[in-house]
Amino acid sequence: MKEKKVIALLGNPNAGKSSLFNQLTGLRQKIGNFPGVTVDKKVGFCRLDSKTDIEILDLPGTYSIYPNSLDEQVVLEVLANPNHPEYPDVAVVVADASNLKRNMLLFEQVSDLGIPTILALNMLDVAQEMGISVNSGKLSKILGVPVVELNARMGIGIDGLKYTIMNQLEAKRTHINPPILDEKSEAVASEVRKKYNISNKYLALQYAAQYPKMMFLGDDAQKDLQSLVARHDFNADAFQSAETINRYHDISGTLTQVIDETGEQKETVSEKIDKILLHKIWGYVIFIGILFLIFQSVFSFAEYPMDLIDQSVAGLNDWLKSVLPDSVLVSLLTDGLIAGVGGVVIFIPQIAFLFAFISILEESGYMARVVVLMDKLIRRFGMSGKSVVPLISSMACAVPAIMSARTIGSWKDRLITIMVTPLMSCSARLPIYTILIALVVPNDKVLGIFNIQGIALMGLYLLGFLSALIAGWIMKLILKSKERSYFIMELPTYKMPRWKQVGFMILEKVKTFVFEAGKVIVAISIVLWVLASYGPGNEMEQAEQQVVAANPTVPQEELASKIASVRLENSYAGHFGKFIEPAIEPLGYDWKIGIALITSFAAREVFVGTVSTIYSIGADPEDESTIKERLKNEINANTGQPSFSVATSFSLLIFYVFAMMCMSTIATVYRETKGWKWPLIQLGYMSVLAYVAALIVYQVLK
Amino acid sequence: MVSFQEKTVADLNIGEKGIINDFKDPSMSLKLLEMGCLPGTEVTLDFIAPLGCPIGIRVAGYHLSLRKKEAATIVLKPNQA
Repeated sequence: MKEKKVIALLGNPNAGKSSLFNQLTGLRQKIGNFPGVTVDKKVGFCRLDSKTDIEILDLPGTYSIYPNSLDEQVVLEVLANPNHPEYPDVAVVVADASNLKRNMLLFEQVSDLGIPTILALNMLDVAQEMGISVNSGKLSKILGVPVVELNARMGIGIDGLKYTIMNQLEAKRTHINPPILDEKSEAVASEVRKKYNISNKYLALQYAAQYPKMMFLGDDAQKDLQSLVARHDFNADAFQSAETINRYHDISGTLTQVIDETGEQKETVSEKIDKILLHKIWGYVIFIGILFLIFQSVFSFAEYPMDLIDQSVAGLNDWLKSVLPDSVLVSLLTDGLIAGVGGVVIFIPQIAFLFAFISILEESGYMARVVVLMDKLIRRFGMSGKSVVPLISSMACAVPAIMSARTIGSWKDRLITIMVTPLMSCSARLPIYTILIALVVPNDKVLGIFNIQGIALMGLYLLGFLSALIAGWIMKLILKSKERSYFIMELPTYKMPRWKQVGFMILEKVKTFVFEAGKVIVAISIVLWVLASYGPGNEMEQAEQQVVAANPTVPQEELASKIASVRLENSYAGHFGKFIEPAIEPLGYDWKIGIALITSFAAREVFVGTVSTIYSIGADPEDESTIKERLKNEINANTGQPSFSVATSFSLLIFYVFAMMCMSTIATVYRETKGWKWPLIQLGYMSVLAYVAALIVYQVLK
Repeated sequence: MVSFQEKTVADLNIGEKGIINDFKDPSMSLKLLEMGCLPGTEVTLDFIAPLGCPIGIRVAGYHLSLRKKEAATIVLKPNQA
């Protein structure tokens, strides 16, 4: 027996399912995994009364139980398997009342599987605006299951739904209305029922129609079903087609009794907005304008909080050093830990801005229009308009972006999208871009309003995007696939973003960034501090003595700085850096940057933390200037030029645009493509691209 | 056999209406049926994306976007003149 009753939320995309989920569970949510598949399982908890706690399972939005993509397959996997640990005790089908006919299809199918079901009518206000009113009492009588009226966005009707769930847990009312079947289907159904001991006829038919997509059956049962279906000459497509038509016919009959449509169909607000946003010229102008706004604000609005954080971290280090005794541990804390963490914390404002914009684009319904605007353009590059969502979200982070590619039905489109998505510049590159751009690009304005640094940043993002397109185009030529794909997609009505939802998303993503990246960065900072503070044998001491002996007349302060510098050079970290220096010298990097390259291999955001740790160890202990100032003053010992010259800085920028330096992404691609082949190819082509491009940039600019 | 004069959703002008009669592509029709594009349903062409594809139609009380090639598989009833 399950400890808690499971209530599954189902519904068409955009029907308001996630609003309802949030209303029911509040912040008592967690993301887990379904056994065997990599699709995220969103679960929350809800208290019905003083003694009943239930689990709410938020299933991906679908139009029917016939999946068209990996995401939707989970719905079938759970609902068709009564032994599944998440098999619902009650299903709540959330329906958009302004478009009830299409929403009822899923309800009928779920209900026919024998699951006690509640129909939750949402968006009645939208329906009312369109002159549609629904008699939910009468609908409930006809269907024989409870029908609840909701306004999920406003949180109205939630208590009524909870009460109804309580009742359904006890009464278990279902609405069985199996499709009218021909003899062939009847014969198949009865044989499957006997063989697999299934009482529900519709479930038996689902076995016959969709066994290849039901992973829980296992290979043997799938093979058996294949021969069973062949023996009966059962055509799954014809069955599905007849079922859908019959159901719609039946739904129409029901709905004419309960729906009142009054008045003319007026042009809705969404239609008016679409006239502008999907306009031949204005559509693209506005889209580019929105992207531009995002970059400008990420750079300029975020500057103030970032300066504040930068100065606070420097101030904190200064203060700690002045009040704590001079010891190894204090040095580890200030030069190692705080310097490293400070390098990450500073980017929270920018990441928050970026996630805010992406979340608003999705919430408002504009993202679907971007898909439409971009489909024809992007199809030439081996992807689908639907790839735009992963591509845009990977400006925040490639990991959720690659997972969101599951909504793309075609394997080839999806694979190409996964392979090129990491070329889009993610928020972890932002720290590197920001600091290097600030070093070499003047903070001036052109045409009075455009910040040049903002334009440079946008240029880097554009470079990533263009290279993603080119990589996609090449892969399109190489990969062969006969598989059919389609675009067919609902255009949701425009909605005001739910600001609370946007806030939650920002909070969640920033938290993940700080803790996930933070963990790695803290660990690497400590290791790095050790490696930079100690060296093999007594090399470091010997080097120090040599410096002291060679410079008898140099003032105390300058000597200390020289000593710190040679000590670092002879430390373990220095040896690592020196070891790879020959390979990276043509790109314009010295051994100090080499250390940062090595440490940032696991996660590129570590670069800035490493650089700030390295340069604070090598620096005068009295000088607690900000990271930016420290980099500016750094001199390359080989050339006598600034370490971060224009050529080197641009070479580094280009390197990080292309390099696949993120363990989490590699792991995600491995999970999503079920093997090492594609992540390794990806790592290979991106590394070569990064090296060659950085080499060219340095050699040209030098 | 189908006649080559058949009008499909891809042939509609913006604002023009038609009634769905049949589908040319059985596997595509499964998805279209699921989305409420049933024989006998009225469709209106809403917009054509700036580059000529995809297009947007109004069907069963909501907006659906699909590629021109996909729209060409939806056969309309001949106009009763």
